[in-house]
Amino acid sequence: MEQKKDALLKIQNLSVSFRRYNHGLEQENLQVVSDLDLTVYPGEIVAIAGSSGSGKSILASAILGILPNNAKVDGNLYFKGETLTPQLQQQLRGTKIALVPQSIAFLDPLMKIGKQVDGHRRPKPVQTRKALFARFGLPQEIQYLYPFQLSGGMARRVLVSTALISDAELILADEPTPGMSLDQALEALQMFREIADQGKGVVLITHDLDLAFEFADRVAVFYAGTTVETAPASDFKKGPDALRHPYSKALWHALPQNGFHPIEGFQPYAGNLPPACLFAPRCPYATEKCRTQAPLLREVRGGEVRCYYGA
Amino acid sequence: MIQRLIRIFITNSLKMISLLLAVSIISFILVCASPIDPVQQYIFSLGTAVSPQQRAEIEEYWGVNEPPVERYLNWLGEVLKGNLGESAIYRRPVADIIGQRFLNSLALMISAWILSGLIGFALGCVMGLYQDRALDKILKKICYILSSIPTFWLGLLFLLIFSVWLGWFPSGFSSPIGVLSENVTVWQKIHHLILPALTLSLMSFSNIALHTRQKLIDVLHREYAQFARARGEGKWMLLRRHGLRNIMLPALTLQFASFAELFGGSVLAENVFSYPGLGSAVSAAGLNSDVPLLLGVTLLSTLFVCIGNMIANILYGIVDPQIREVHK
Repeated sequence: MEQKKDALLKIQNLSVSFRRYNHGLEQENLQVVSDLDLTVYPGEIVAIAGSSGSGKSILASAILGILPNNAKVDGNLYFKGETLTPQLQQQLRGTKIALVPQSIAFLDPLMKIGKQVDGHRRPKPVQTRKALFARFGLPQEIQYLYPFQLSGGMARRVLVSTALISDAELILADEPTPGMSLDQALEALQMFREIADQGKGVVLITHDLDLAFEFADRVAVFYAGTTVETAPASDFKKGPDALRHPYSKALWHALPQNGFHPIEGFQPYAGNLPPACLFAPRCPYATEKCRTQAPLLREVRGGEVRCYYGA
Repeated sequence: MIQRLIRIFITNSLKMISLLLAVSIISFILVCASPIDPVQQYIFSLGTAVSPQQRAEIEEYWGVNEPPVERYLNWLGEVLKGNLGESAIYRRPVADIIGQRFLNSLALMISAWILSGLIGFALGCVMGLYQDRALDKILKKICYILSSIPTFWLGLLFLLIFSVWLGWFPSGFSSPIGVLSENVTVWQKIHHLILPALTLSLMSFSNIALHTRQKLIDVLHREYAQFARARGEGKWMLLRRHGLRNIMLPALTLQFASFAELFGGSVLAENVFSYPGLGSAVSAAGLNSDVPLLLGVTLLSTLFVCIGNMIANILYGIVDPQIREVHK
């Protein structure tokens, strides 16, 4: 309970499902996120690792409260100890919680950069924007350009500026590195490190695992819409023995530099989830218990794991 | 910038001239191939008996027996000099008739055009914002119904309700009967214009509204709209900041491309309301085999539609920064 007070963002048992109509009137609920837990403290970067379809981007939308109308959200979300209601989310988006989108497609192609970075709030934060551009080494003239006229590197810094122009305390970065060269990716991540060092919380949703291990403080591993493990980033650098969950270990082994060994099977898709532990069908250590009763998240060696046997 | 506009203007003008030539050739061929006999029609409208010898003289004078190519070149030469010939039914130069009636039609078409553009765009925005809600569903049904109703039938209905039953508007013509043309006030002209303009605009506004709706829905599902929501923009703010500027271009194209439909619709609307514009002139010319008037109006309508498209082209270059960049 004490932790909940200090945490910038605390998510408990978050579930998200989408209502869908099959063949006329038959209604179906697609569970895309189930029993997800995540905590972010001020001053830290929490990387979220997981394959496509593990619910990473939906998490960002759920925190901001911008899921489509047919989505149903269950569970508890707290921002600085306060329950995140739709009203509070409406107040916080773009002010205290900011999203850094992944590509230039998230900028309006027909609006000039300056106007776009300033956002819709008044008074226009023109001075802050100028200072930000200066800090990121962006020429002031680009405020008169359109998004398609920017180079890739500039666009990335512009996207980060859109988040920093507010005094957001929580930054959600949705896959900010794909398609970048190593230099660019390092530069981008360095930027997020600086933001976190100023006392803000950063959630870094990413595919680039080894880079995430390098810059993040903690790593949350997602599988089929839930958190299977949260561990200090250093554990991932140490190797599979320091990790707690069989999926995290498998993920580590699947990295190119660690031998590129995949495990059998596929991540289950929404609408076709296993009854208990979501990883059980692919787990080499799974027992009868794992197939009948879902494991809860528990603390192990300074991290958290959703497994009966992780140690 | 100015230079580029001049270039666009010149290329479009060249295209337009070649198109006009092609249209004039095709319509000339069609008239030649049709069973219309202009001489017979001319004699018929004279109202007096004509002997075979006199008829032969008229044919000789008009050059009816020359080969078609030569006839076409003669006609084209006169058109280039500004002589469109004399209308057989009105007994006046075609250019005069077109000039006078075009002004009437223009007033009608422009008011209908603006009306349908504004209503269609506004309704489309509302439908797009409230996608799949009750408001959207009702408006969509109205649009479907309106776009399936024929113009002339709607015109008749309006006449019945607003003119015959309620008596709010006159039932036809562009000015009151029995008043000298120099005594007709602007208000009276507008009063006569309202019903035909409303009819004509209802024909095309649902098309514009449905297009705008779909376009806005597309825009609202794009990543930048999603991002704007993540930054705290509400529905209407989203429409103002991102919606309008991104649906403006397709809306403009559609609006200027509707010139052709507008012209077609005005033929029907003008006939229903006995409105003395080009539309009623062209149907009169068609029914009475008035070849010079028919050709003249055909050329003018081609020009009219072409100008609409050219304006859209030029506006595109001005409004869209990405196209501006290409032309730099």
